[in-house]
Amino acid sequence: MDTTPQAILDRSDQLRGELGENFRDRMVTALYASAQTIADRSVRAGAGGKWDLDQRIDRVVTSRRLGLPLMLALLAVVFWLTILGANAPSRALAQFFFWVEGVGAGWFEQIGSPAWLTGLLWHGVYRGLAWVVSVMLPPMAIFFPVFTILEDLGYLPRVAFNMDWLFRKAGAHGKQALTMAMGFGCNAAGVISTRIIDSPRERLIAILTNNFVPCNGRFPTLIMLAVIFVAAAFPPAFASVAAAGAVVAVVLLGIGFTLLVSWLLSRSVLAGEASAFTLELPPYRRPSVLRILHTSLIDRTIFVLRRAMLTAAPAGAVIWLLANIDAGGASLADHCIRLLNPLGHAIGLDGVILLAYVIAIPANEIVVPTMLMCYLGSGMMSEIEAYDAIRAILVDQHGWTLLTAVNLMLFSLLHNPCATTIVTIWKETRSRRWTAVGAVMPLAVAFAVCCAVAQVWRLFE
Amino acid sequence: MSFSHDCGDCPAHARPARMGVEIGNHDYVVALAGNPNTGKSSVFNALTGLRQHVGNWTGKTVTRAEGGFKFQGKRYKLVDLPGSYSLLSASQDEEIARNFLLFGRPDCTIVVVDATALERNLNLVLQVLEITDRAVVCVNLMDEAERKGLRVDVRSLARDLGVPAVPTVARTKQGLAELVAAVAAVIAGETATAPARAETPAELGRALDELVPMIEEAAPGLPSARWVALRLLDGDHKVRQALLSGELTRLVAEQSAAAERGGRLMAIEGAQ
Repeated sequence: MDTTPQAILDRSDQLRGELGENFRDRMVTALYASAQTIADRSVRAGAGGKWDLDQRIDRVVTSRRLGLPLMLALLAVVFWLTILGANAPSRALAQFFFWVEGVGAGWFEQIGSPAWLTGLLWHGVYRGLAWVVSVMLPPMAIFFPVFTILEDLGYLPRVAFNMDWLFRKAGAHGKQALTMAMGFGCNAAGVISTRIIDSPRERLIAILTNNFVPCNGRFPTLIMLAVIFVAAAFPPAFASVAAAGAVVAVVLLGIGFTLLVSWLLSRSVLAGEASAFTLELPPYRRPSVLRILHTSLIDRTIFVLRRAMLTAAPAGAVIWLLANIDAGGASLADHCIRLLNPLGHAIGLDGVILLAYVIAIPANEIVVPTMLMCYLGSGMMSEIEAYDAIRAILVDQHGWTLLTAVNLMLFSLLHNPCATTIVTIWKETRSRRWTAVGAVMPLAVAFAVCCAVAQVWRLFE
Repeated sequence: MSFSHDCGDCPAHARPARMGVEIGNHDYVVALAGNPNTGKSSVFNALTGLRQHVGNWTGKTVTRAEGGFKFQGKRYKLVDLPGSYSLLSASQDEEIARNFLLFGRPDCTIVVVDATALERNLNLVLQVLEITDRAVVCVNLMDEAERKGLRVDVRSLARDLGVPAVPTVARTKQGLAELVAAVAAVIAGETATAPARAETPAELGRALDELVPMIEEAAPGLPSARWVALRLLDGDHKVRQALLSGELTRLVAEQSAAAERGGRLMAIEGAQ
């Protein structure tokens, strides 16, 4: 008997021909029939109460007219709660941390430590950590639990259900709505979750565009910018609502770019048809409080914060060094900023912001703290009263306008993925080319969009 | 748990003890399969004491998670496979699940099913039973079924499937001790299993009779040559490819080599 693989295949092909065309159908039908018989014999249905309620809720939540508006409203409420709750604790934390900085630096001076050591440790490393914790911790500690409640309830598949037709129209897989939702948590996790997509073409689209939804790390940045600049343009009564609205608008824009870029990719380098899939809507389940607290506080808040602190400490040191090493009458930081200023100005930002982005490449959630440290690098400010004071510094001393804030929000929404995500893209695609595309394409989009906005804005100014 | 030492050893009172990720020296490997969103991760967490993130949505577990537990002095490694509706299609997560069942050769497979949607879930159970004899069905979400007014007769289910079926509520850990006891009994051979298989039409039977010996000779030690034959007759692209490229024989060889080394390392990692 010839049992080489080829012989086995040939024989099986022959046998398949003999079995007839609809062999597969018959096999699957037989399988389903057995399943049905067994299930019928062992399940008896009574009057169902909860089932009807689930279906009635779903009829509203996933309805064609109300589904999407309800989703946006829910999103807005989540952001509004975050914004409302984060301001006061953020201020308290900042006050406390900067008081400690003063005490610590003073104590170092007393015991006779050299000025450069005091500066590097307290005004560099420590200040970087202090900024990260006080700016990022409060919004995360509110946003993550609320988001996790929605996830545990079973709302995310409904989001995918509401949006899958959009992705299909963009030539992408409907399940991309789910991987996108995962990206709101963490883009790296979103990229891994694209494994649920069968077709390599659609999976690649999902991987390359995942970065366009802001992750947990970038939400605090967006929320802070919204609070400082958008809210300030409205009367106090509407301030927090307006800020929440601005974040929702940014998220919508991110989803818009996801769809647009998916559409462009599926019409060009990754051309093909969208494939069909089934999406199951799980029953609504009552979230368990302990698990929500664990997931949102330990797995997410502490995780993101730890990662931010690990990158903020060296970043703080780098900024202090740049600001305090003198080269030809000006600090290194000044040289960098002057070099980057023209480019920054062209896209409605400035050299300091770009420098902060370069320093914060390992984890771009620390961009705002890094930026603040660059602005304050010379040490002329030590008393920061959280959000109000940040606004005063940026607008009054550094010439920020509404354009700067809007473009910074756009830039932080669109720019390149963080180092972790880039590594994950490489692990998932095993292709240098697609990894490079995944890193550079969003950056190009960010520059193009910010540049366009800046030019148009200046026309009307 | 506050059992005195003597009581804890007595089989009647035996409860699984969590081992977390300390699974270096295990005696048995147990796979955890099931449709998406049936509470598979809850079962995994409750048994191992690990905290895999549990989410109420489809497709959350895309990689394989591993953990361990101890029961009656034996150490078990539990492998949480990605949730899948069938073993017939080609997405990466379903392939990971099917490769593990085929080549990982678990000592027993727990198939978690959703008591509120039994019919659809049984499709996967029947497919798993095509590959392996040693399985236990975990009928989870019994509380939700009750709330929906569904009454599931687990004994009738076990009789029809030919493998043990255990009702559970993984979130409150109800029934999990019984589940582990059932698994241990299947592994020890105390529970004889006779899995239900879909009836084979005569002409298919003849085709299988011819193909199965060929495959067994080409890839000795393959756990289920019958399943591979069925897939080949169906024209399954990935299985054809695996046979042609020699991957099938390689995986089988690697797995038995690993088993001989005593470590029972997992030779297959899917494409992780």
